[in-house]
Amino acid sequence: MADTATPAQVETGETRRDFLYLAAGAMGAVGAGAVAWPLIDSMNPSAEVLALSSTEVDLSPIAEGQRITVTWRGSPVFIDHRTADQITQAEDVAVATLPDPESDADRVQRSEWLVVIGVCTHLGCVPLGQKTGQNRGEFGGWFCPCHGSHYDTSGRIRRGPAPTNLPVPPYEFTGDTTIVIG
Amino acid sequence: MSGFQTNNTVIKWIEHRLPIFSFLDHSVGSGYPSPKNLSYFWNFGSLAGITLVIMIVTGVLMAMQYTAHVDHAFESVERIMRDVNYGWLLRYVHMNGAHFFFIVVYIHIFRGLYYGSYKAPRELLWMLGVVILLLMMATAFMGYVLPWGQMSFWGAKVITNLFSAIPFFGDGIVVWLWGGFSVDNPTLNRFFALHYLLPFVIVGVVILHIWALHRFGSNNPIGIDTKGPQDTIPFHPYYTVKDAFGLGAFLVVFSAVVFYLPNYMGHADNYIPANPLSTPAHIVPEWYFLPFYAILRAITFDIGIPFTGVVIIEAKLGGVIAMFGAIAVLFVLPWLDRSPVRSGRFRPIFRLFFVLLAIDVVLLGFAGAKPAEGLWLLIAQVSTAYYFLHFLVVLPLLSVFETPKPLPTSISEPVLKGGGGAMAGAPAKPMEKA
Repeated sequence: MADTATPAQVETGETRRDFLYLAAGAMGAVGAGAVAWPLIDSMNPSAEVLALSSTEVDLSPIAEGQRITVTWRGSPVFIDHRTADQITQAEDVAVATLPDPESDADRVQRSEWLVVIGVCTHLGCVPLGQKTGQNRGEFGGWFCPCHGSHYDTSGRIRRGPAPTNLPVPPYEFTGDTTIVIG
Repeated sequence: MSGFQTNNTVIKWIEHRLPIFSFLDHSVGSGYPSPKNLSYFWNFGSLAGITLVIMIVTGVLMAMQYTAHVDHAFESVERIMRDVNYGWLLRYVHMNGAHFFFIVVYIHIFRGLYYGSYKAPRELLWMLGVVILLLMMATAFMGYVLPWGQMSFWGAKVITNLFSAIPFFGDGIVVWLWGGFSVDNPTLNRFFALHYLLPFVIVGVVILHIWALHRFGSNNPIGIDTKGPQDTIPFHPYYTVKDAFGLGAFLVVFSAVVFYLPNYMGHADNYIPANPLSTPAHIVPEWYFLPFYAILRAITFDIGIPFTGVVIIEAKLGGVIAMFGAIAVLFVLPWLDRSPVRSGRFRPIFRLFFVLLAIDVVLLGFAGAKPAEGLWLLIAQVSTAYYFLHFLVVLPLLSVFETPKPLPTSISEPVLKGGGGAMAGAPAKPMEKA
């Protein structure tokens, strides 16, 4: 050992060997990480899956008060042609009292059209309320049968275990009665 | 150790180069001395091993007929049921085999809990068992997804969504698990691959489990160590024949269910093909997950700093932590129960709490099958609280405050005196730590 160490190194107890050991170990860790990443990333959605990520919807056949479900990225999207009553209900809530405070205006582009992803933010069930006669929960929006989350007419969580509001997907109006989701 | 003896020259030739015959003899043969007082509760370890083999054999054969694609999975399973020669038998054995595997393993676990099989020097043996339980749960869950029925799909969706509760990385992890933006074909494919892989991982951990077992041998109903040859009998033929008899009894019950009640423990909804746009009115996991499902749903409140409105753990994350915690607590059980007496037979107060725990877990199971509201939610919450109190508070306190009954001086003593009690005047010394 003394052969490879200068007197200064002997004093501090550090040797060239320690340095080589650490450097080789660090390189090994970086290398292992570099090898692991492709293996892990192979399980992520591929570009071809990501490419299938926009849906065009014609809104003209949806009557006021009617709700339809379309599929976007394999998940249901709820489109609700809200009535004046439902809009007032959604706008009249004191935002600060909500579990996930968000005003109705922030969730819609045109107040008569509500577009939300129809997947309960608790554990991923599809809430009821899209079809006539289904339970819409206590706030007139949607009701998740799995664990009892109630959503209002703006798709906001009002009661139950879900932590956040039904998310609004990215969408834009490409015409008066057409939207593109995604 | 009793040496392995043979006059067969072929066996001698092999044994000299690869000592596999003496290895087997020491593992399950006459060279493995076992306590002579093992009850039928000690049958369930080997039963679990045999069930694992049944699952692997039927599973490999069904994999030859199954198509892991969202458009074909449901129909390929129906084809197994209707067209494949004896396919119905393979599937019903595999399906009910999963249920029986859990029945057997849960009895095995409660046996260990009652007789203190997790205590020194068998802590690692116990912890490997908990690893096996976790692997079994993962395997069973992914296997249930493969028929691609409504319960398959929605079970997969709910359970994978649990990971979205993880702060910051949750959503990314879920997309990674799915391989897409919802449970879809990539998910089904990877679940099939893992469902095929994990049983062999289980086999590996089972080998470690048995290896650790054979280091000190089986615990026994008295819970004291064997003191010498007078306390033991050779595993073969005594316990091989007893295990074989137990297997016969098990197969009678198993066959009755497979042939007469094959769908008794399943859900009718899983015979409806998966529909990603419609959630069944009532999603319920298989019965063996119900207690954990109840714990998951019992946490309906955010956990935070009182009166400040600061939320540290949201209800959803809290439920997930509690559910995984229910298993994690088993890992540290050997250090929670510090009582030197292993067997519940000599621990009168422990015994009461053990019964309470058993009732508690059954209650959790019933609560898990009901909608999480009203009285059932309250029952689930109280039972969840007791589950954790039992392990984290009751057992550590009992270790200190309970006075155990005097222990017999040897395994043979209670038998020779003609009763289960200890000999009068036997010293109530703590468990010897050999």
